[in-house]
Amino acid sequence: MSNNYFEIIRPGINTTFQDKGRDHLYHIGIPFSGAMDNRNYLIANKLVNNKLDSAVIEFAYQGPHLKYSGERINFAVTGDVIFLIKKKDTEIEGNCYQSYQIENGDEINIVSTNKSVYGYLSLGGELDLKFQWNSCSINTKANIGSNDGKKLDVGQRINLKKINLNKDIKKTNYINTKIENIRVIKGTNFDYFSEEGKKIFYEKEFIVSKLSDRMGMRLEGPKIENIVNTNIKSEGLIKGVIQVPADGNPIIMLSDHGTVGGYPKIGVVASADYDRLVQMAPGSKIKFKEINLSDAETLFKLYEMETQNFLSQI
Amino acid sequence: MIKNISNLGDAALYCDFGDEVNKSINSQVIKYFKTIKEKKFEGINNLTPSYNKLIISYDLKKTNFKEVKKFIENINIDDSEKTNSKKLEIPVCCHENFSMDIKRLVEILKLSREKILENFLNKEYFCYMTGFIAGMPFLGDLDENMRAQRLETPRVKVPKGSVALTEQFANIYTFESPGGWNILGNTPLDVFDSSKEDKPNLINPGDTVIFKEITLDQYKNYNE
Repeated sequence: MSNNYFEIIRPGINTTFQDKGRDHLYHIGIPFSGAMDNRNYLIANKLVNNKLDSAVIEFAYQGPHLKYSGERINFAVTGDVIFLIKKKDTEIEGNCYQSYQIENGDEINIVSTNKSVYGYLSLGGELDLKFQWNSCSINTKANIGSNDGKKLDVGQRINLKKINLNKDIKKTNYINTKIENIRVIKGTNFDYFSEEGKKIFYEKEFIVSKLSDRMGMRLEGPKIENIVNTNIKSEGLIKGVIQVPADGNPIIMLSDHGTVGGYPKIGVVASADYDRLVQMAPGSKIKFKEINLSDAETLFKLYEMETQNFLSQI
Repeated sequence: MIKNISNLGDAALYCDFGDEVNKSINSQVIKYFKTIKEKKFEGINNLTPSYNKLIISYDLKKTNFKEVKKFIENINIDDSEKTNSKKLEIPVCCHENFSMDIKRLVEILKLSREKILENFLNKEYFCYMTGFIAGMPFLGDLDENMRAQRLETPRVKVPKGSVALTEQFANIYTFESPGGWNILGNTPLDVFDSSKEDKPNLINPGDTVIFKEITLDQYKNYNE
């Protein structure tokens, strides 16, 4: 048993361990998984001086309430998150993008994300977790990864294998920007849709539905009419693919998506916009803008440079 | 052969082998899949073979569409390559506890329960692909008179182990999952085992599967 651990007083709604995810497994039906918002995941690790591909605790909407036992440790929270730190008799509101030091008996209470979905809690050191296919990422649909592939539950312990304490507090000024349009590349079945349907896809607003999770984001709004066939022979999917089933409501594949699907693909979200897409909470308005492949590649390069730039400033 | 290569978003290649579903096209897809997998091209992070398509996804930080396309266009596929495919027997119990859609199938196919089972069991089916949920095999082809459409409203929960039909295909639900296929029976066999990291799937593309009927008692005693 580890001497340094967190006890889960309240697990939160969908709290899991995540890292960079697992690859080379689509052909047997296993998706990447991994942290949904990759940039915030990397920043969380950098703030506590962890290796960038270390495991973190990902939460959605309401996060966990944890009580710590053990020697001094650093932690940081990233995303747009409201959280409290309780030390002996004082309770303070924490700031995201800043590392803190806590000691035996202290508590971290992640109250909620603010108009966003995912947040990250990193701990300075190494979590004691089981790896499957080189990743501890929890995939609750296939029960793969650490914690028997299940989300964290009340009363459980989160054990640390190792602690790397930094005396200095690390801080960065990062603001989660919202974008007006999600940029998409035309899908392989774009011509299955009526002229009116294509126009609706690019010109109208859609609303993110409550039926969204790590597997997919469902959208509601004007129906997109299919004039060829509402089913195709099942074929491979990747994250960001926008499928339109017979009911005309688009579904965007996210990190835990089914690896094959049989609905026509109207578009694919540009990689540069994925982190911001997953943070759009139910009720958010979403509008798509068409770009071509080479623009998408350039945008991703810029996004990646920006990420590296943020990391280098920490 | 690949008829056309296009992009699926900015981080995947969409290799189209045609529109038909048959063993010969699918075997080509599987050959490409195996060859590319062995070459370990820097940046390719996933391959998804299906009936007649192959999706190749890559890390946009390491490579791009142009580079991967060039690599695929110049690859040599060894046509003589022998596949190490297996022949597997899968026990299935078609007791009324499990065959949730038998009434529907009797109605749609206009065949008796006995005739449906006779048509389905003890025949060789080819595994075209695995996926959707971890380890789920897509098997075919069912006899012409056995082809039914998906349920109009998919079930929210299909029990683990369910053996189900749709169009010319059969599959096995390796986990409890949502699904719209017509359920005919259930297998007590674990078709996916995540503790076996080197080969978690019992059934792989290219394998042959035969369903053998077992009784409810045999089903209950199967894992003891």
